[in-house]
Amino acid sequence: MSTYETSRRAPVLVIYAICVFAFIYLPIAVLITYSFNGTGVGGFPPSHLTLDWYRQLFNDRAIWDAVLNSLLVAAASVALALTLGLLAALALDRATFPGKALFRRLVLLPLILPGIITGLSLLMFAVLVRAPLSLLTVFLGHGTALISVATTELFAGLQKMDRAQEEASLDLGATPWQTFWRVTLPALKLSIIAAGLLIFTLSMDEIAVTFFLIGRDNTLPLEIWGRLRRGITPEINAISTLIFVVSVGLIVIWYRLRARALRNAE
Amino acid sequence: MSTAIANPTDSGALVSAALLEVRSVAKRFGAVKVLNDVSLNIASGEFLTLLGESGSGKTTLLRLIAGFEQPSSGEIWMRDKRLDTLPPYKRPVNTVFQHYALFPHLNVRENVAYGLRVKGTAAREISGRVEEALRMVKMTEFAATRPAKLSGGQQQRVALARALVNRPRILLLDEPLSALDANLRKQMQSELKALQREVGITFLFVTHDQDEAMALSDRIALLRGGVLEQVATPRDIYTRPATAYAAQFIGQTNLLAAEIRDGWAICGALRWRSTEPNGPALFSLRPEAITQVSANSASAPGAVCFRATIRQQLYGGANETLDVDCGDWQFLRVRIPASQPMSGEFEFAFSSADAVRVRP
Amino acid sequence: MYSRAYKSLVSVPPLLWVGIFLLLPYALMLVHSLWLVRDGFIVHQWNLQNYATLFTNPVYLQVLLRTMRIAASVTVCSLLLGYPLAYYLSFHSGARKELLYQLVIVPLWVSYLVRGYAWKTILGSDGVLNGFLQYLHITHGPVGFLLYSPFAVVLMLTHIYTPFVFLPIYAALETIPRPLVEASQDLGASPAKTFLHVILPLSLPGLLAGATFAFVLSLGDFLAPLLVGGASGTMIANVVQSLFGAAYDWPLGAAVSVCILLITLALLSMGELLEKRWAYK
Repeated sequence: MSTYETSRRAPVLVIYAICVFAFIYLPIAVLITYSFNGTGVGGFPPSHLTLDWYRQLFNDRAIWDAVLNSLLVAAASVALALTLGLLAALALDRATFPGKALFRRLVLLPLILPGIITGLSLLMFAVLVRAPLSLLTVFLGHGTALISVATTELFAGLQKMDRAQEEASLDLGATPWQTFWRVTLPALKLSIIAAGLLIFTLSMDEIAVTFFLIGRDNTLPLEIWGRLRRGITPEINAISTLIFVVSVGLIVIWYRLRARALRNAE
Repeated sequence: MSTAIANPTDSGALVSAALLEVRSVAKRFGAVKVLNDVSLNIASGEFLTLLGESGSGKTTLLRLIAGFEQPSSGEIWMRDKRLDTLPPYKRPVNTVFQHYALFPHLNVRENVAYGLRVKGTAAREISGRVEEALRMVKMTEFAATRPAKLSGGQQQRVALARALVNRPRILLLDEPLSALDANLRKQMQSELKALQREVGITFLFVTHDQDEAMALSDRIALLRGGVLEQVATPRDIYTRPATAYAAQFIGQTNLLAAEIRDGWAICGALRWRSTEPNGPALFSLRPEAITQVSANSASAPGAVCFRATIRQQLYGGANETLDVDCGDWQFLRVRIPASQPMSGEFEFAFSSADAVRVRP
Repeated sequence: MYSRAYKSLVSVPPLLWVGIFLLLPYALMLVHSLWLVRDGFIVHQWNLQNYATLFTNPVYLQVLLRTMRIAASVTVCSLLLGYPLAYYLSFHSGARKELLYQLVIVPLWVSYLVRGYAWKTILGSDGVLNGFLQYLHITHGPVGFLLYSPFAVVLMLTHIYTPFVFLPIYAALETIPRPLVEASQDLGASPAKTFLHVILPLSLPGLLAGATFAFVLSLGDFLAPLLVGGASGTMIANVVQSLFGAAYDWPLGAAVSVCILLITLALLSMGELLEKRWAYK
């Protein structure tokens, strides 16, 4: 740490930073607090503590059905996006083909464009092929939109890999197919897991694209959304708190993996 | 070593004792010609070094033999089977990579066993051969260790074992010692040489370090700009360099631009007998071939004597390097055994046989 | 080193998939924008009428302008919050840097909906903030404009996008070699001058990346207005939504979408160009 950093303690900056952190975290803190609040969602101060809302939540069939749906879609999306993303990363790294630059841009579009555009485009496509809207269409939408998350992460992993290892494997008598499974994939292990976690989280939280592709079965965000239209209940605070806890857990795992990958690279 | 091996600088016959034949191989990367009509034969059991600067094409040639590149033209044959049409995993050739390329997710034993496993060798045979290979490179106690925990020298031994366990007909080594520090390098050089003797496999070694090449090789193939400059034993390449480049790249030399006239080579203040035809000629004269004539020692018969003034003296421990002025600013480099600081004019001598004619 | 079969195997499936499931749908959007709706049915008649409607009908322009104002406000506020935070973390946080960085990242992983909902409960007339203010007797009745207004949308989106904006700025600040800062001090510049003349210029690419991101994503957001925007806070994406919903006019909706898409792509390209210009290697 340079002397510049230790010599100046800028108190204004510290206070400002604290304020920004407060701004980021207070709403979540409020949310969590009021999930235990007996008198409901609003008002101040929160009065008696209760687990009623959580109890109500656990008995809520519809919510858990929605959770299951979300998990299914997320898992399937991870599989689809990782597979195609891995192939795309390999292609970008090793092959030249017509339209390579266009492909690169196209696959990034769902991430940078507002979700409504991707969602509506896919809806129009579904109408064109006369596909009924269902979890299947949601899955296809998520999987397609999230390919580039996998591609970016895996491409970076490929670049970091020591190419000589693949050559060594071929040199020692392994066919390209064997080399892919025994050398390339293990080298990408951490990238694959990191990408998988990210895709899973993004799929679980996806609303904009899902909004237009949903059929009768709801995913969790859309189930919550539906309830919000009818009115706020503290039960939603409860489920939100649970979502928050799980998210934090996932991000801790993701971060540990990242740190481990960086350490291994040395 | 087998003398019946074609040297492309001879106009000689090719003998079928060669294990590997590189026939007029050329390699182009886009517009850049990296290898230009290279022909080389490698004998079974020999230690051949491809020596050259970076960009000389030596690594490319190695990779062509390993199978990671295809020749733009020409062929590579091993005995009576064509090699360059085979993918790398079908060639009876193994490589020790410059930075070892050990698999980080496998431990030492698994790394060494890799080549045997992918070819479906029986487990019992694998373990036997792996143990033998580890013993050969003295890495038995590290069998369960991951590569990340090994030092550079240790990784290099594992890379060697991993390649050798497959009993390749030729072992390719791509500057394997360049990443090691000087002391370790010297140690590994003698170990490598001993290993090659013990195992009897043909080694094709790539390096840019001429001392290393001289110490290890049965023969040296000097590459320059994608062309073979000279292929000879270390002794021959040093005492009878074919070109000025070879003379200067390996060891130090004085290049004398002389004029031959009726049996005499004349270069500035120096004259010596020569059987070369009349005309201009370039000669290489090694610094240690020039001796200092002292008052008591008589110069040998046929020796060329000359007087020169010492302009600079560099002490080198075992010897002195003198820059001497023969008059008219004709400078020569002379190497004599260690003595006292000297100054002034002295008498020097060399034998006319030591002045070797080289191509420019 | 890779055979033709290998290269085909890895490039064909993703190309095919993306062609069918991305290129085609986006193309469909474009195509729809050139059609018409008549008597409740989509007519495949090629024309530019939808675009004409967009430019002539003041309602659309008004909403678009409001959307851009909101997006601009979100961007500015996020930068005002995110940049100093990144600066603090990069230069002043010392040993706690890793931990603090993780703390900033965590909210990014928490559901958008959850965070939006949190604001809804806070800003409402019966919400936490009003309750708090009344509890402290700062106000005597609920403050109305907090919820269901453009203000609420800006507030919510700023909350969402501040960590987004933080990330590239932090990354850029981290790449500034510390010896440069020391050299500036050595030459006599105060911390403020050093910031202005050394740190800020070198962090511009990151700043630009974050700002572009925040603006573009805010521009196309339709959920925030639905949650907290109310009638006065609708944005252009909501217009699209209703055109595809109750106000059944897919071609017009597609035209608006195409406009949003073009604006987005234009901004992103411009951002990329400027980033390259301002990047020092």
